[in-house]
Amino acid sequence: MLSIKNLHASVEEKNIIKGLNLEVKPGEVHAIMGPNGAGKSTLGYVLSGREGYEVSDGEVSLNGKDLLELEVEERAREGLFLAFQYPVEIPGVSNMEFMKESVNAMREQRGEEPLTAAEFLKKAKEACKQVQLPLDFLKRGVNEGFSGGEKKRNEIMQMILLEPKLCILDESDSGLDVDALQVVADGVNSQRDGERSFIVVTHYQRLLDYIKPDFVHILADGKIVKSGDASLALEVEKSGYAFLGKAYEEAEA
Amino acid sequence: MSEQIEQALDRKYEAGFYSEIESETFESGLDESVIRRISAMKNEPEWMLEWRLKSYHAWLEMEEPDWAHVDYPKIDYQAISYYSAPKSMKDKPKSLDEVDPELLRTYEKLGIPLHEQEMLAGVAVDAVFDSVSVVTTFRDKLEEAGVIFCPISEALQKYPDLVKKYIGSVVPRTDNYFAALNSAVFTDGSFVYIPKGTRCPMELSTYFRINEMNTGQFERTLIVADEGSYVSYLEGCTAPQRDENQLHAAVVELVAMDDAQIKYSTVQNWYPGDENGKGGIYNFVTKRGVAHTNAKISWTQVETGSAVTWKYPSCVLKGDNSVGEFYSVALTRGRQQADTGTKMIHVGKNTKSTIISKGISAGNSNNAYRGLVQMGPRADGARNFTECDSLLIGDKCGAHTFPYIESRNPSAIVEHEATTSKVSDEQLFLCQQRGLDTEKAVSMIVNGFCKEVFKELPMEFAVEAGKLLEISLEGSVG
Repeated sequence: MLSIKNLHASVEEKNIIKGLNLEVKPGEVHAIMGPNGAGKSTLGYVLSGREGYEVSDGEVSLNGKDLLELEVEERAREGLFLAFQYPVEIPGVSNMEFMKESVNAMREQRGEEPLTAAEFLKKAKEACKQVQLPLDFLKRGVNEGFSGGEKKRNEIMQMILLEPKLCILDESDSGLDVDALQVVADGVNSQRDGERSFIVVTHYQRLLDYIKPDFVHILADGKIVKSGDASLALEVEKSGYAFLGKAYEEAEA
Repeated sequence: MSEQIEQALDRKYEAGFYSEIESETFESGLDESVIRRISAMKNEPEWMLEWRLKSYHAWLEMEEPDWAHVDYPKIDYQAISYYSAPKSMKDKPKSLDEVDPELLRTYEKLGIPLHEQEMLAGVAVDAVFDSVSVVTTFRDKLEEAGVIFCPISEALQKYPDLVKKYIGSVVPRTDNYFAALNSAVFTDGSFVYIPKGTRCPMELSTYFRINEMNTGQFERTLIVADEGSYVSYLEGCTAPQRDENQLHAAVVELVAMDDAQIKYSTVQNWYPGDENGKGGIYNFVTKRGVAHTNAKISWTQVETGSAVTWKYPSCVLKGDNSVGEFYSVALTRGRQQADTGTKMIHVGKNTKSTIISKGISAGNSNNAYRGLVQMGPRADGARNFTECDSLLIGDKCGAHTFPYIESRNPSAIVEHEATTSKVSDEQLFLCQQRGLDTEKAVSMIVNGFCKEVFKELPMEFAVEAGKLLEISLEGSVG
């Protein structure tokens, strides 16, 4: 599915990712944890190709394709989905129009016919219910006036509609109460089908009580410094990142 | 981002072709004899000629205005030809079958088929080609309803009293420099009269096309909606792509009698010039309507073309409880300059006006909103709401707002809101991450920005306007 080898990347000439390796196989859920400033969000942006995030070395392939050669929208159409930590508003563009264009762009890539308005509406309503957003959210402007929790659920709704191959969730738990967290997690779990892979980026172990990871990686100072199973997250929860020792201190500095 | 936007805005002008049509064109230059010739060709009544000549002499004494936030080389009024008409129009074709097929093809290419059976149902079109009206469709159907919709030159023959009564009643001959010039040399345009209590059975539309080189287009439109009537009118404009600038100085007058409603929509797509600012239309237009008691005038404009735009569709809210509205989208790119807005003159009691202006600037363009809200001493309880939003694409363009508010009535309420925003990297990134390419993303963001205005357009044209915006934005993303 996804293979990252020796990735180095910088933002505004500052090196953030410094030799990262990661293999994600179909159907796996990988959690990435780490202290602030470790490069967790940067990883999501680099993989999705955001402008300003420069890759200086390394290789990334998605299903055998060289991801780094592709434009942002091409990566998206290859099945890479990023759930934003802080989704931006697009005033006047309804969620519905936005998602219909988006879903049809993906379908075109897969060689499928575009959905008609009625077909799309049916799917969108189901997805809306699944993340417990009222149906009028489809008519509202993209993220326009949404609360933090609504924005996060809206991201998950988009994920459900787009049926991506690889989902990167960037702190989809931040700012959520327990109920909202449950909704987000249920949305994610409903999409686990043994084929679709997930990278769950989070600062806290809490989310991982709801979304059970196959692997947990600790990211510090632009590198994965420790990998393990779900128990590693519990260890972090108990004793913090102090066990990182030198690497952690560097990251904090 | 700027680079991407630049590319996306680098669009082509689809209406830029020239039609090979044999024309009768006056040699360039302007003096009394030219005006006499125009008037004679149209077989006008004597009073019309005198009116033209008075306007001409007044114009000679006037100065070209220079207060607008636009910059263009001095216009040589003697280098312009003031009349051009397809030769085939000389024998006045009686029906569409007699119209030069090349002319019909021109309109077809522009997406305006003039054969009634091929047209959008429910839209009657007056097609003005250079200085003359080529054809007006659906006349029988309109006549049944008592609606007059014909070229103004024809109205001068058939309904001289109506024209005489209203022409210049809203925009006086000497209102401003360009209006005075138009009053002297106007060649054609549309005349509309809706009788009392009549709801016009279809949308009326005039399509203006400049074809000849070195000609100016000076059309004059006069719409009179008698008591309790309703009409929705749309104008569209295009011109070939040329290196020379061409002048378009039109006058539009609207009269909404008691309880009448006029909805006037414009989709303006004159050739804007190339990316270096070469060529393009100077669009210097005076549009004004007068609303009597309980009447309503609504202007909606989508302005994407012209090298320079100088245009302020206005409402004189003369009668008590009358309503004026102005909804505008003005998009500038390349080296385009627009200075546009409105005037809402509140005279009567409890008059209401709404102004929603959306300016979008890209490339090296400059986009200015200029608006006047005036509350007169008798305008008790009058209200205005103005919302003026600017969207910047890239970092080389400018957006400017010049609101003027004059209130001479303490009970009047004037509200003004203004915002400036940018198409942000984050918005683009979100769209792209969801699989949309940059052009689609920008046009979606811009369409969202304009939504409040587009919903005011007649449905068939709202779609057109959206598409036009999309074409205009091609290559503009950065």
